[in-house]
Amino acid sequence: MNAISSAAIADFESRYPAVFNPPIWKRFMPLMIGGGIIFYMLYCWWFFSIGTVLASGQWQRAELYARDWVSYAIRTTIRMSPTAMTVSYPRFSELGDNPKPDWMVQAGNNVTVLFGSGKSLDINDQRVIATRGDESLTVLIEADGAKPQGTMPKWATLKEDQVTVDFGFAGQADIIPERVVVSRRFLGWANFVFDTSSPFWNRSFGEVASLIISGERIKPEMSNAALAFNNIWYNSSWQHGDVWTKLMQTIVMAFIGTLLASLVAFPLAFIAARNIMPNFFANQVTKRFFDFLRSVDMLIWALFFTRAFGPGPLAGISAIFFTDTGTLGKVYSETLENIDDKQREGVKSVGASPMNVQRYGVVPQVLPVFASQALYFWESNTRSATIIGAVGAGGIGLKLWEAMRTNTNWHNVAYMVVLILAVIFIFDSISNALRSRLMGKQQH
Amino acid sequence: MSRAISTELSLDGIQIERHWQELAGRRRAYSWLISICLLATVAGSLWFANESNAGKFFDRLPHFFDFAGDLIPRDGWEVWRALFDLPSPYFDGSLKYDYPEGRVYLFGGFYVPEYFYKMLETLNIAILSTLVGFIFGFLLCFLAARNLVKNRLIRWVVRRYMEILRAFPEIVIAGFFAAILSLGPIPAMFAVGIHTIGALGKLFFEVVENADMKADEGLRAVGANWFERVGFGIVPQVMPNFMSYALLRLEINVRASTIIGAVGGGGIGEELRLSIGRGHQAKTLAIVLLLLATIIAVDQFSAWLRRRLVGNQAFAFGGKLS
Repeated sequence: MNAISSAAIADFESRYPAVFNPPIWKRFMPLMIGGGIIFYMLYCWWFFSIGTVLASGQWQRAELYARDWVSYAIRTTIRMSPTAMTVSYPRFSELGDNPKPDWMVQAGNNVTVLFGSGKSLDINDQRVIATRGDESLTVLIEADGAKPQGTMPKWATLKEDQVTVDFGFAGQADIIPERVVVSRRFLGWANFVFDTSSPFWNRSFGEVASLIISGERIKPEMSNAALAFNNIWYNSSWQHGDVWTKLMQTIVMAFIGTLLASLVAFPLAFIAARNIMPNFFANQVTKRFFDFLRSVDMLIWALFFTRAFGPGPLAGISAIFFTDTGTLGKVYSETLENIDDKQREGVKSVGASPMNVQRYGVVPQVLPVFASQALYFWESNTRSATIIGAVGAGGIGLKLWEAMRTNTNWHNVAYMVVLILAVIFIFDSISNALRSRLMGKQQH
Repeated sequence: MSRAISTELSLDGIQIERHWQELAGRRRAYSWLISICLLATVAGSLWFANESNAGKFFDRLPHFFDFAGDLIPRDGWEVWRALFDLPSPYFDGSLKYDYPEGRVYLFGGFYVPEYFYKMLETLNIAILSTLVGFIFGFLLCFLAARNLVKNRLIRWVVRRYMEILRAFPEIVIAGFFAAILSLGPIPAMFAVGIHTIGALGKLFFEVVENADMKADEGLRAVGANWFERVGFGIVPQVMPNFMSYALLRLEINVRASTIIGAVGGGGIGEELRLSIGRGHQAKTLAIVLLLLATIIAVDQFSAWLRRRLVGNQAFAFGGKLS
């Protein structure tokens, strides 16, 4: 490879002055854009006081909340006494009315709590021994507080008269004079199918199946299958019935809203397209009407209709219908303005009526495109419907938002998110499949 | 509905005609079947929606017009007073007419009207989250493009990651961060921004995959490393398209941040929800007017800039992407 001589370089420079010596503003353009972006970010940092908010955020909670998505904790209190140790569970515990978990071993006046993989608590009325792997900590219980003996391992903390022992994901225990409060965490969703008040609770799948198929009636007024369905539908902690009804509302909102919007936008688009309706005034009125519907945001429509119809899917349907009549109308009229005129001319030349010119000269060209666009919006509206639901326009949005605001029901949030993601995934696939059949593989 | 087959046709002709009629008949039957199914679904869905709504459609319809009538302010100037925080002659100590209360004083007697300030907040949420989404989407997209990264695992991981960011409902991200940071504009920013990373990242890597690889080949021939190839071969070609998509996303994000605002993210959305809920006509109209003007302005600006950047091709789907 030859190096370029300086004469050749000079020659290049003189031939392409714009490349080698651009004007100053062009040379510093990237720097100015970068500086502008940094300046804007600093301004936002100040405007929203992002630093203060991020610093005062309770980030340790993030991990706890994230953990609650896929696991549940059981809290128990062990009261110490020289004669009889008592283990008590809260009312409405996940373990039912009479819990006998196998991780809680009671022998004489000694209680052992097993946290799995070498972690345990050994409790009697004078001391608690916490073991984690090869380390262990003995805490003596005295009248004025819990007294840890020897050096404290990293996983234990002393705060005034109370010792907290951390076993990681498996749980933790607070050792307080006279009692130990244990929180034991398990992976999974507790009582997902039947809640503790159900007669089917805590039975294996086989048992439930055999009860439903051939068992004696548990409640005389209904069959076991109906009872089982009832118990699942009205599960008190998961509320399957309510969640599924609300999910159905969201789906219906997106479906009906988009369908009605495309049905109304279809004829209006013919009026708005300037090559089909030669009347300038009619074109402009329809187009500005579309712009108005589109620009008054879906949120504004949702709030209006929630106020007018009361909270529920009707408000959501109307909001999606109004916004998307505008958007689809705009898209449709643009498609119509770009059609091939030859087909229309052909139909016109054989003396067809104006209606028939549209029917046979225009509609066959645009129908697949229209349908494909409507499907695209249907898919996108399934997402939007979740969000506008949160302002009261029906569907699962509000339930999701309320579950999050309680800060304790993150497992319900996870359940609803999984359902929403599944619905979005299914509709995405349906809409993609239909669209590629309508338009051919390349075009969508 | 088979028509009589003309006797003038030859034997072959008759057969073809019969086949055609059979086909047409089958198609007609399918069309009918699909129409009936669709109609039944629509009727069922409408019934279900009406049944599970708090108010029934026909019961509420007259009230709807009442409500629309309620929105008419007491006089034409009231809307402007609400918009610019001027004192109202109807002020009676209630929240309905306390327009000057919301003034945000910058210095001396100079103030920004409340709704303009809130609108600015919403706009800033949208712009900042678009910017953050653009930066991260830009950094990620090259790793997901087939023509730049040969390692399948990296591509798969990056693509799935972006898919998760995109598919996760914005409202859940907002709620999660609201639980940590308390309600306000920052959780809204997280929600909109995270969604934007996924959405833009996907569009970006598709653009990169369609890029002309000749420039890249040239750079490879002179021994450029991966970063130089991307920086000098790919980025200059794709940047106009990237900018165009980012502007499109900005339009969407202005709307999204208004909506997230209404559920507790602050900004103009929250003001609108409160004002409609309390029945303050003039305030509601002022906010709607301001929102309408802002959205139209942002849309027009973005459309103008996109036309300059990439010509008309960016207008294929009317600007709705998710």
